[in-house]
Amino acid sequence: MAAAALLRRIPAARAPPTVFVAARSISDSTAALTIETSVPFTSHLVDPPSRDVTTTPAELVTFFRDMSLMRRMEIAADSLYKAKLIRGFCHLYDGQEAVAVGMEAAITRSDSIITAYRDHCIYLARGGDLVSAFSELMGREAGCSRGKGGSMHFYKKDANFYGGHGIVGAQVPLGCGLAFAQKYKKEDTATFALYGDGAANQGQLFEALNISALWKLPAILVCENNHYGMGTAEWRAAKSPAYYKRGDYVPGLKVDGMDVLAVKQACKFAKDHAVANGPIVLEMDTYRYHGHSMSDPGSTYRTRDEISGVRQERDPIERVRKLLLTRDLATAAELKDMEKEIRKQVDDAIAKAKESSMPDTSELFTNVYKKGFGVESFGPDRKELRASLP
Amino acid sequence: MAAAASSALHAVGAVASAKPRSAAPAVARRRSVRVAAAAKGGPGSSGRGRLVTRSAVAAKADEAAAAAGSKSGGHELLMFEALREALIEEMNLDPTVCVMGEDVGHYGGSYKVTKGLAEMFGDLRVLDTPIAENSFTGMGVGAAMKGLRPVVEGMNMGFLLLAYNQISNNCGMLHYTSGGQFKIPIVIRGPGGVGRQLGAEHSQRLESYFQSIPGLQMVACSTPYNAKGLMKAAIRSENPVVLFEHVLLYNLKEKIPDEEYICCLEEAEMVRPGEHVTILTYSRMRYHVMQAAKTLVNKGYDPEVIDIRSLKPFDLHTIGNSIKKTHRVLIVEECMRTGGIGASLRSAIIDNFWDYLDAPIMCLSSQDVPTPYAATLEDATVVQPAQIVAAVEQICQ
Repeated sequence: MAAAALLRRIPAARAPPTVFVAARSISDSTAALTIETSVPFTSHLVDPPSRDVTTTPAELVTFFRDMSLMRRMEIAADSLYKAKLIRGFCHLYDGQEAVAVGMEAAITRSDSIITAYRDHCIYLARGGDLVSAFSELMGREAGCSRGKGGSMHFYKKDANFYGGHGIVGAQVPLGCGLAFAQKYKKEDTATFALYGDGAANQGQLFEALNISALWKLPAILVCENNHYGMGTAEWRAAKSPAYYKRGDYVPGLKVDGMDVLAVKQACKFAKDHAVANGPIVLEMDTYRYHGHSMSDPGSTYRTRDEISGVRQERDPIERVRKLLLTRDLATAAELKDMEKEIRKQVDDAIAKAKESSMPDTSELFTNVYKKGFGVESFGPDRKELRASLP
Repeated sequence: MAAAASSALHAVGAVASAKPRSAAPAVARRRSVRVAAAAKGGPGSSGRGRLVTRSAVAAKADEAAAAAGSKSGGHELLMFEALREALIEEMNLDPTVCVMGEDVGHYGGSYKVTKGLAEMFGDLRVLDTPIAENSFTGMGVGAAMKGLRPVVEGMNMGFLLLAYNQISNNCGMLHYTSGGQFKIPIVIRGPGGVGRQLGAEHSQRLESYFQSIPGLQMVACSTPYNAKGLMKAAIRSENPVVLFEHVLLYNLKEKIPDEEYICCLEEAEMVRPGEHVTILTYSRMRYHVMQAAKTLVNKGYDPEVIDIRSLKPFDLHTIGNSIKKTHRVLIVEECMRTGGIGASLRSAIIDNFWDYLDAPIMCLSSQDVPTPYAATLEDATVVQPAQIVAAVEQICQ
């Protein structure tokens, strides 16, 4: 062990390539590991969970891999947008990966997630594949919404991922409706409704929170506070930027959204709370490196120093990399190899997506209505035979 | 459950036959259902095709006529009771059907459409919402995405303007933007239209506002018979359906069949077959048209009156067959002139049936004004029978 540690202090360029202290691959151990979160949780009307998070080396490696994949996908999307293969609006999630990955680690696929338009990485976290994602971004038939939704409309019904919404704040009442259906069907699962600091000022959010609290719905409202609503900083948009407290009578928790373990702990806590007691608000203190969308340079309302400062000090992937390295769960070379492999994975997916065809013109009219609803009647275009009761 | 349903209705005063409702078993979905078919040929071929003339509002239907198609004599009830019957039947058949709206539960509904339902089905299925149309409509859409079949009530259709974003962007579009993954089998219903001096904000006609939303279906009921049938079909439909009721029609009395039936959502209803002119109308204006029809018949005209019922999409099949016969069209609606249902219908008829027309299509609509409070002004806002008579005379010159 000591020899290995010694070796690692030698800069890679000078390390003799044929010397192996121990033939050890990247850790896949499932032995429990307890790690402290970066900062303690701040809470409102509820006792916060512990700062000590239980995880395993294998899970940390998965975190690293998943977040790196997301990061790589978003950067690739940036290039594709500049190459005019992705058009319209493209909102990138890089910097916020810890929220998607940490949340997924705390819940099951039976729980529901709904978010706004910054949805590419949540789609991946819910089991979406790269080819479908890139195809949808490029408007191809193989896309997850058949090319008809675009960047802001990714959905995955079988993984209980409900999208993918363009209108700010409108997804929160939908999310409370999902929670209502979960309670109605007695499912013992919860819904995570994600929104941003900009959307936190929407009235419909408070309406939905009121109803959820009244009816004790298992709804978790997650504010991904990246501190900017497009170009407006949070202190200019909200009289009270303590978003976790704005549920008023609803308990809240403030979480370091750049620390994947803190996110995991908070989401687990929130799910247990919501299923038992009703709604809870989570505020994820996070940051986006890109501008609001590809049309926004992201530097007119904040300084480049701020962006690079956050990248240096709080980057979620670097945090996990440090954890893996200092605890000797992987070597720097292994992690670099993993990143190279991920890069190749993404490039291959893009190549495959580029080959996919554009949707056929007839697809313009499909999925406007659902046909064949099982009663004796005509379809909306009156050209269809009468469907009859089963 | 069916027996409890009928006894609850008895308690509320509906005149019902002693025979238990819905002879078919609730569990199996295989059951014989009579569909009200629109007339495909001449008069009399539909289950309801006969001369039914009515005076303005709250009139008694021709009892023999209404029960003509019914095997067991039928039962008489008011329109709001017919809507309630439909809700009760569907909620008994399908446990995923739930109702949400303001004061629909314990209060019984501001127009009594949901009276008694909360006691029958409980607070989780008949939900009193706070006054938050935007969010509870959104919650209805979210619940529909996850497999429930909510019936969302706007206490007055006009209030649903607050939920316009949810109805347009989420309700109408999600099936499309998700590439077919999610269906939204929601029913959005409520009373609209010009009432008795309710004031401008409570006299709105939202048919014209919603008609361009892709993915929505819109129907307007006008009799207890079609109200029950359309409500049932709307609940069963996998598409989002907006059901327009009218404030002044809730107390219409009619005899409806005892057996279960549904009305086709996309079909128009032949009210009165005729030869000289096709009058297309819906909702409350149907009654003004029928009142005008009495005068017209006395003057020697033979108008064909069609209640279009389906506002989106239009039943161009029935309408077209009628135009091919009469060659003259008059549209009578309660929407505003600008951008109303009549405007779209006129355009659709011109596109499809131009060669069959012998005269320009006339469209009588409400004036483009906020509905005034004063009684005389309010009457002048909507189309009155005298104007309909004058229009027919003009068309048939």
